[in-house]
Amino acid sequence: MSVVIIGGGHGGASAAFELRRSGYRLPITIVGDEPVLPYQRPPLSKAWLKGEASLESLTLRPASWYADNDVTLYLAARVQSIDRGGRQVRLSDGVAVPYEQLVIATGARARQLSIPGATLSNVLMLRTLADADRLKALIRPESRIAIIGGGYVGLETAASSRALGAQVVVVEREQRILARVACGKLSEFFSGVHQANGVRFELSAEVAEFIGETQVRGVRLSDGRVIECDIAIVGVGAIPNDELARACDLPCADGVVVDQHARTADPNIYAIGDVTRRPSQRYDRQIRLESVPNALEQAKQAAAAICGAPAPQAELPWFWSDQYDLKLQIAGMAFDCDEIVIRGDLSARSFSIFHLRGEQIEAVEAVNAPADFMVGRMLIARRTAIVREKLADATVPVRDVAA
Amino acid sequence: MPKITYVSYEGLKRTLEIKEGLTVMEGAIHNSVAGIDAECGGACACATCHVLVDQEWMAKVGPPSDMEKNMLQFASEVGPTSRLSCQIRVTQELDGLVVNTPKTQQSAL
Ligand SMILES: Cc1cc2nc3c(=O)[nH]c(=O)nc-3n(C[C@H](O)[C@H](O)[C@H](O)COP(=O)(O)OP(=O)(O)OC[C@H]3O[C@@H](n4cnc5c(N)ncnc54)[C@H](O)[C@@H]3O)c2cc1C
Ligand code: FES
Repeated sequence: MSVVIIGGGHGGASAAFELRRSGYRLPITIVGDEPVLPYQRPPLSKAWLKGEASLESLTLRPASWYADNDVTLYLAARVQSIDRGGRQVRLSDGVAVPYEQLVIATGARARQLSIPGATLSNVLMLRTLADADRLKALIRPESRIAIIGGGYVGLETAASSRALGAQVVVVEREQRILARVACGKLSEFFSGVHQANGVRFELSAEVAEFIGETQVRGVRLSDGRVIECDIAIVGVGAIPNDELARACDLPCADGVVVDQHARTADPNIYAIGDVTRRPSQRYDRQIRLESVPNALEQAKQAAAAICGAPAPQAELPWFWSDQYDLKLQIAGMAFDCDEIVIRGDLSARSFSIFHLRGEQIEAVEAVNAPADFMVGRMLIARRTAIVREKLADATVPVRDVAA
Repeated sequence: MPKITYVSYEGLKRTLEIKEGLTVMEGAIHNSVAGIDAECGGACACATCHVLVDQEWMAKVGPPSDMEKNMLQFASEVGPTSRLSCQIRVTQELDGLVVNTPKTQQSAL
């Protein structure tokens, strides 16, 4: 009788940490298909790529922690199926592991482009440490890199590649970078920053083909133009690894559907992290998030539910991204907003974009403006009514913008 | 290896050998020191790794950067020696360092 966790990523490992912190005493088993101790992904596109982080700092906890805390780690091991009736999971080598409670923490995988040439060497993705190491080993100051997709991972990789001296072109299908995840003003700002750092953009551009014999030599766009490169990085979003859940008939909708306790439709099965579609109390809807804070929040929810402890306080979605000397911190989500208010000075590279609905802030995007982020987060969570003129006036302390 | 002492708000002391190059936050997390959450894993983005550096050590540890200072404003129980522990790198120079962890890492707002 024990807890089995599928997936040894940020969520899965954190579920084990939280269970032990909450006093759970029975054995815990983590089955993860990566060959390394659970680690954090955010530095992969940032400090790790630039060679500024050690493996030890990437690793969430040392091996001794798992041994000392009776947490069995099956690494480089894959769960093949979940047998809900028999309450056991079956690994790809045939071994069956029984569970009392199961936590699905299988994350998401990088979306692939199914176009000609996608299997050429040096066409890479960036999701795992192995991916990052492959890329790191290839990048040279004289490298020419084509990054497909102008989302956070793509842009962070662009910034890190520039820091290493490589030439970078970002190809984006939409008219602007960060189209799905940030507002137009922020896209515009980050475009400018990247261009000033030597990144070239091809916007509204669709990639038709990777060209080359064995190794990629270029990217052909649908208008026929070719962007020459020796490395192509595909960063076009992630797909939830919800196949195991679907195969055992747990309700899924682009992610395993869970409640506010991270519980699936089966009371003995929880799901956490990137793989879930979860309720958001603040926004009164189901959302799928890909962020560390989300994985941590759900790890706490699942641990509390398994231990019969009170549910942790609901958290607001938040996220960060580091590019060059800029720290972007985002809190909340800009659903159905009718206005934006800018606080601070874009040219001074320290400002925030507040998204309002009526008198309430729904989301804030803060660039090198941690105070706006911290206070904004609280105002959003509490649905505090604010005064626009005060919010827009950076000489009024952000603590004092409430009506 | 440099020794770092973490003192909880209840006065509980844990002295640990932390490898040079790790941060004071990583040293705590790797050893399950209570009182440090470190939600962002050291990105200076969450302010849940706040510690109060022992007064005597402040000169060696040094002051926070502007970014860090701004994050710290909203931590709870902040004092003149507050730092984000993910921004303090362990060196031989810091052998013997004493830091105090607050009762909560929840923001004071
Ligand atoms: C390059 C990069 C940069 C990022 N930067 C940030 C950032 O700055 N801030 C932020 O908040 N978030 C960031 N993220 C997102 C963050 O890393 C994820 O949200 C987080 O890792 C989600 O945790 P998870 O446990 O749900 O999934 P993962 O960490 O992906 O872990 C899932 C694990 O399960 C394994 N697995 C899947 N199926 C099976 C199976 N059948 N059997 C066994 N194991 C299986 C996977 O291989 C993987 O190891 C970044 C992600 C990437 C890739
Ligand atoms: S760990 Fe997040 S700010 Fe230090």
